[in-house]
Amino acid sequence: MDFSLGQDRQMLVDSLGRYLSANFDFSTREKALVSAEGFSRDMWAGLAELGVIGALFTEDAGGYGGGAFDIGAVFGEIGRAIALGPFLGTLMAGRVLQAAGETDVIESLISGETIVTFAHEPAIDGEGVMADPASTTRAGEGWTVSGAKGVVPYLAGADVILVTAETDGGLSTFLVERGADGVTVSDYPLVDGGSAGELTMKDAPARLIGEAGAAQDAIDDAIAAGLVALSWEAVAVMDVLRASTLDYMKTRKQFGIPIGKFQALQHRMATVALEIEQARSAAINAAAMLHEDPVKRDRAASAAKYTVGKTGVLAAEEALQLHGGIGMTWELPLSHYAKRMIMIGSELGGEDEHLERFIALGQKAA
Amino acid sequence: MDLNFTPEDEAFREEVRAFLKEKLPARLSDKVRTGKHLTKQDMEEWHAILNERGWLAPHWPEKHGGTGWSVTQRFIFEVETAMAHSPRVVPFGLSMLAPVLIKYGSEAQKDHWLPRILDGTDWWCQGYSEPGAGSDLASLKTQAVREGDHYIVNGQKTWTTLGQFADHIFCLVRTDNSGKKQEGISFLLIDMATPGIEVRPIRLLDGDAEVNEVFFTDVKVPVENLVGEENKGWTYAKYLLTYERTNIAGVGMSMAAFEQLKEVAQRQTRNGKPLAENPMFAARMAKLEIDLENMKTTNLRVLYEAGQGKAPMAESSMLKIRGTEIRQEISDLMRRAAGRYAQPFIGEALEEGFNGEPVGPAFAAPVSAQYFNYRKLSIFGGSNEVQREIISKSILEL
Ligand SMILES: Cc1cc2nc3c(=O)[nH]c(=O)nc-3n(C[C@H](O)[C@H](O)[C@H](O)COP(=O)(O)OP(=O)(O)OC[C@H]3O[C@@H](n4cnc5c(N)ncnc54)[C@H](O)[C@@H]3O)c2cc1C
Repeated sequence: MDFSLGQDRQMLVDSLGRYLSANFDFSTREKALVSAEGFSRDMWAGLAELGVIGALFTEDAGGYGGGAFDIGAVFGEIGRAIALGPFLGTLMAGRVLQAAGETDVIESLISGETIVTFAHEPAIDGEGVMADPASTTRAGEGWTVSGAKGVVPYLAGADVILVTAETDGGLSTFLVERGADGVTVSDYPLVDGGSAGELTMKDAPARLIGEAGAAQDAIDDAIAAGLVALSWEAVAVMDVLRASTLDYMKTRKQFGIPIGKFQALQHRMATVALEIEQARSAAINAAAMLHEDPVKRDRAASAAKYTVGKTGVLAAEEALQLHGGIGMTWELPLSHYAKRMIMIGSELGGEDEHLERFIALGQKAA
Repeated sequence: MDLNFTPEDEAFREEVRAFLKEKLPARLSDKVRTGKHLTKQDMEEWHAILNERGWLAPHWPEKHGGTGWSVTQRFIFEVETAMAHSPRVVPFGLSMLAPVLIKYGSEAQKDHWLPRILDGTDWWCQGYSEPGAGSDLASLKTQAVREGDHYIVNGQKTWTTLGQFADHIFCLVRTDNSGKKQEGISFLLIDMATPGIEVRPIRLLDGDAEVNEVFFTDVKVPVENLVGEENKGWTYAKYLLTYERTNIAGVGMSMAAFEQLKEVAQRQTRNGKPLAENPMFAARMAKLEIDLENMKTTNLRVLYEAGQGKAPMAESSMLKIRGTEIRQEISDLMRRAAGRYAQPFIGEALEEGFNGEPVGPAFAAPVSAQYFNYRKLSIFGGSNEVQREIISKSILEL
């Protein structure tokens, strides 16, 4: 048994951490927040150069990692800095591309030249009605896709979009150029920073990735990897929430003593600390199962997403509460960690959905 | 024991409903229902409508402009106005300062200030908290030194809600440093147009600026603006806080918000079924509903006691804790109901007349901002930890 990251990964983590603290401080993040694309291209290029994007992909695909713990290590640092950028979309779309042997595209992702996003979930309209899953038509040698996808991360900044769509035999994946005819993007900022958008495609030219009708496995793998990534990111965000709150409890004085001396608060933080360790274990479990058979993999991924969802709410709410008024301010980075923490719960399914999925998968396995 | 409303109460309820139907502008109730930001004019408009009917200050004695309603009627009024999505009545003058003036102010102060609160001449804000004095409010440092007919005020207040709209601030100030810290505090009324006052906005995590810092440099305040006696301000301050707490509990608001949640849960789907039929979500809603029902009766019990002439003290702390927890829980469930559409945030969509593209289900636009903003409920009005201290000391005698 070994719970260390290993030397290479540790080096990557250290250099990524250093890079982000040097190049992505709070004021840089503020600038990225209000920019049209919701992230900094310079930062993205810097990360590409550092090999961070490559670490998400296997050597076969031209990367330098691609293992579950590589993904976890990278997303942990992203969480620690609440870095903004198309990390999750790159990972998820990249997994599908990697499975289909699209090494040229992966190469341009790794170099930072091309930015990709992952468009899977359908859009929901103002009345709460869900759009049909995107449909496809064969157009001569190629395909066209029509349909609407919702809350597609970093859509405005993406060059290409990996779209899931129905074909005759089942689900397929396609690459669609964001600038192609028939593609409409309506983008918006997110409450926790960064941006996303609603994607509408009307007979948009699309390139089939992998085999028609056979993409379900690759999509499931991408989702599992995405859940591992978010779980590691979540635990790192919790670590920051905890550390900042403990610091504050030691310095903020009321009634003549640091508020950390109040036993009522000490016990609350003890609970938070305990739960975070449980969440860390859940994230490790999910990573360890990423390459196991799908039921085991998905159960561990759902267990982790459930755990970080539940614990994330606790950690964020306690951090805000124990800071008092100051925790509610925009000026304090802590409030942005809290927002990110809660919003991780909205990505790729919330805690309840994953608890349900965990139960359903368990029944399937039995 | 009888939990039924009397026929008179039911007749009163109908009267309130008829009034709301006739007088509550749809423009305002739409804004409240859809979680849009209210402007200063919006709040003033509703204030004036209530005042015209004589229903602005139900909790005041009749001779000052109160309604003379029973506690049950007041409860009915709170619930009905909230269920109709009326704007919240800004509490600082009406529900915080006024009870203090009525109980401790001079006749001249009552005659001068109370009518101005009712007719909207003055907009008050609350100058209690300071950077170093939050939960430990009595350690406040803003100083008032008597010089002839004036106090000279120096110091800083913070977290002043809607201070940007206010023209007056009631402040706790230090007038004596010699004894126990609670014994050197005075309650002072300050015109914000006085030279030496500066208001700076504080941006909160939801992006909004509803609170402010207020700085005082050699601000001259006439001595007649002292409420009650010098150095007795702590007693008045605590009295006010009891009112503030009951106000924050907001049972009516929770009932209205829960109705909205129920509607959303009928329409919004998960795995192809309405959320109301999703076992996880339904369980969360059911627990909330039970808590809210219990809370309603707890609230009525406290009101009943108050009607019997007993002053609510620690009970108001219980209401404050549970009331705020319920309001926070509802905002949490709204956020969960929105799923991934809780994440998009278009600030302009919360302003009146927004005609951009809505994103996702219509109800989702304000839910995250509101969830984050509502974290304040367990912090202000005396944090929920401080309320638990009060309960354990004054009810449980631990
Ligand atoms: C949005 C908002 C609006 C506000 N509006 C106003 C306003 O209009 N006017 C005004 O005067 N004030 C206002 N306040 C201030 C509010 O009353 C204070 O924030 C509150 O009293 C807490 O003080 P603090 O922020 O300094 O936190 P602190 O007192 O520093 O508390 C930090 C944490 O320690 C806990 N704690 C402190 N002491 C104890 C103890 N003895 N035992 C256990 N736990 C303890 C607290 O509960 C909290 O969790 C507002 C605050 C907010 C957030």
